[in-house]
Amino acid sequence: MAIDPSTVRRYAHGSRVPGWDEAADLDKDPASIPDPATTPVPAHVRAEIERYMASYPDLRSAAIPSLMVVQREHGWLSPQAIEQAACVMRLTPAYLTAVATFYDMFELAPKGRFDVFVCTNISCSILGADEIYRAIGEATADDPQFNVRPFECLGACEIGPMASVDGEYVGPLTGDDVLRLIEDLKAGRPVLEDKQLRRRKAASDHWRENA
Amino acid sequence: MDGLNSVLFKDIDEPGLNTIAVFQRRGGYEMLRRALTMEPAAVLDEMLASGVRGRGGAGFAMGRKMSFIPKGTMDKYLVCNADESEPGTFKDRELMQKNPHQLIEGIIIGAYCIGANKAFIYIRGEYVHQADVLDAAVKEAYAAGFLGQRILGSEHSLDLVVHRGAGAYICGEETALLDSLEGKRGNPRLKPPFPAVQGLYQGPTLINNVETLMNVPYILRVGGAEYAKVGTETSTGTKLISISGQVKKPGNYEIVLGTKVRDILFELAGGPHDGQTFKAFFPGGSSSPVLPLSDDVLELPYDFDSIAKAGSMLGSGAIIVFDERTSIVDVCYKTAHFYRHESCGKCSPCREGTNWTEKMLKRIKLGEATPMDLDIMASVQEQIMGNCLCVLGDAMAMPVSSMIKNFRPEFEAYIEAARERNGLGAATVQVNRGRNAGPGPMLVPAGQEPTALAY
Repeated sequence: MAIDPSTVRRYAHGSRVPGWDEAADLDKDPASIPDPATTPVPAHVRAEIERYMASYPDLRSAAIPSLMVVQREHGWLSPQAIEQAACVMRLTPAYLTAVATFYDMFELAPKGRFDVFVCTNISCSILGADEIYRAIGEATADDPQFNVRPFECLGACEIGPMASVDGEYVGPLTGDDVLRLIEDLKAGRPVLEDKQLRRRKAASDHWRENA
Repeated sequence: MDGLNSVLFKDIDEPGLNTIAVFQRRGGYEMLRRALTMEPAAVLDEMLASGVRGRGGAGFAMGRKMSFIPKGTMDKYLVCNADESEPGTFKDRELMQKNPHQLIEGIIIGAYCIGANKAFIYIRGEYVHQADVLDAAVKEAYAAGFLGQRILGSEHSLDLVVHRGAGAYICGEETALLDSLEGKRGNPRLKPPFPAVQGLYQGPTLINNVETLMNVPYILRVGGAEYAKVGTETSTGTKLISISGQVKKPGNYEIVLGTKVRDILFELAGGPHDGQTFKAFFPGGSSSPVLPLSDDVLELPYDFDSIAKAGSMLGSGAIIVFDERTSIVDVCYKTAHFYRHESCGKCSPCREGTNWTEKMLKRIKLGEATPMDLDIMASVQEQIMGNCLCVLGDAMAMPVSSMIKNFRPEFEAYIEAARERNGLGAATVQVNRGRNAGPGPMLVPAGQEPTALAY
């Protein structure tokens, strides 16, 4: 089952203390496919996963979309979530866990419901993204609803420093936007409407209008 | 400037261009109709004549790649690589969001050309809005009969699936993308066999970048020979470049290949911020060696071969510029950190090399390093290059070694200043004994003959 990274003990230099990956329950067979009789899967989740499975020549191709479906349902990839996907896809939970641990967008520990991914890659960081990330992190430090993560290049360097807020790209961010972003999220409004990337025109036109 | 925004970016902001009605009013899907009346071989000839080179990074001629796909009745696949994750690159995002149907048209024509009946768009998971736009566009194309069984009454059938990734840079590498698309961890495969022979589900597979495929309908419209007249002899056509970093007007611009670097940076991008001067730039995404912005470099034509001759590469056409305020050590650290994070871990030189490079740069930033560390770091880069299944390791090694080579005095000054801050004082002068010296401590003052210690 997924290991919660925060519980893995580490030495000061960063290596994991031996034994971190020992199975918690040695009696359990890791290779068993969950039994549909004992693994309840909501009908709409099953339908969605089966629709994905049908659109590929090999049903395993649906692993990533299916994990996304159960992650959305459960908030994170909990053991139950992975078991549900494995049950529908007739794969072992171990196989899906192996896939899930590879990709950045799968959450292997419980998280807040608001995703704020702040790009801290080259283009954004030379324009001050690290300070923005720190400011958002500090402002939401004691609110468990927020999942603030530094992220590698999100592919919107022209609006750097930028962030992806629940999938919505916003930027260029300044220190003043941080509180506004948090308030918009809490109030359920569209986030920083004037700074959304989807409203931006191609560069030539944008700069002609905003010279 | 000549040819600015003339092909793919022409009227890109026209309202409703992402719907099939507006796209067709502008002449969309006409080239698909024409292609279906031609022989697949005739379509391929146009692509070969155009000389269009892949826009994803490697710059391999698209027509030749298509011609490698074997003929026959086996299941063939076309995969559009929309996993745009190279730092500094954001052209495909804008293209897919604003003009999804042209991509779909390009995919259908490409699939007809190679005889594929199943196509996939592998889009990175972070592009939520763009994937939604594509999903809607694919649905419209099915409803209009451009996708599905017997397209427009011809013998050709095609199914197109938009597949969302989940955040992994390595999945932009073509064989890792195929593994990821098959539902596995995105590890690169050993080549050969190349994907054109044995790719997705073991079938012949053509993998092309978004921008390359979007050029296909345009090439058919004007004809391959006409297309090849634009640009330079070996770099034909227009290219989208993504400019970011410390410039006044960052963004995507479409230029003719061969435009001068000076025109790109000072005219299009508006030059440096007020009161600053440019220091250096990545000419083709974070994997390309950094070039200091000297007058010679500013005079270079921006095309595949000229940039390669200058010691770097055009890559995906992503230009990241930074000015004198930015420390090269910070840029180097961010670069190494990125590749350390994104290395899939399959090959040791890349997994360990990226990790140790990042750690050594951390050491420099913390003020614990000596100038000798630069030599060690440079030798680590040498040992990564060419020793892995894919080029992710090289993609870190090239920019890092170019930064050490071009900005060594700045690195050394940074090391001294950081040691000073840290209370360690100046480092003892040490020499590197060279890469052939074998194991042994490298603690000999300059000018003295090093002697290896016995352990």
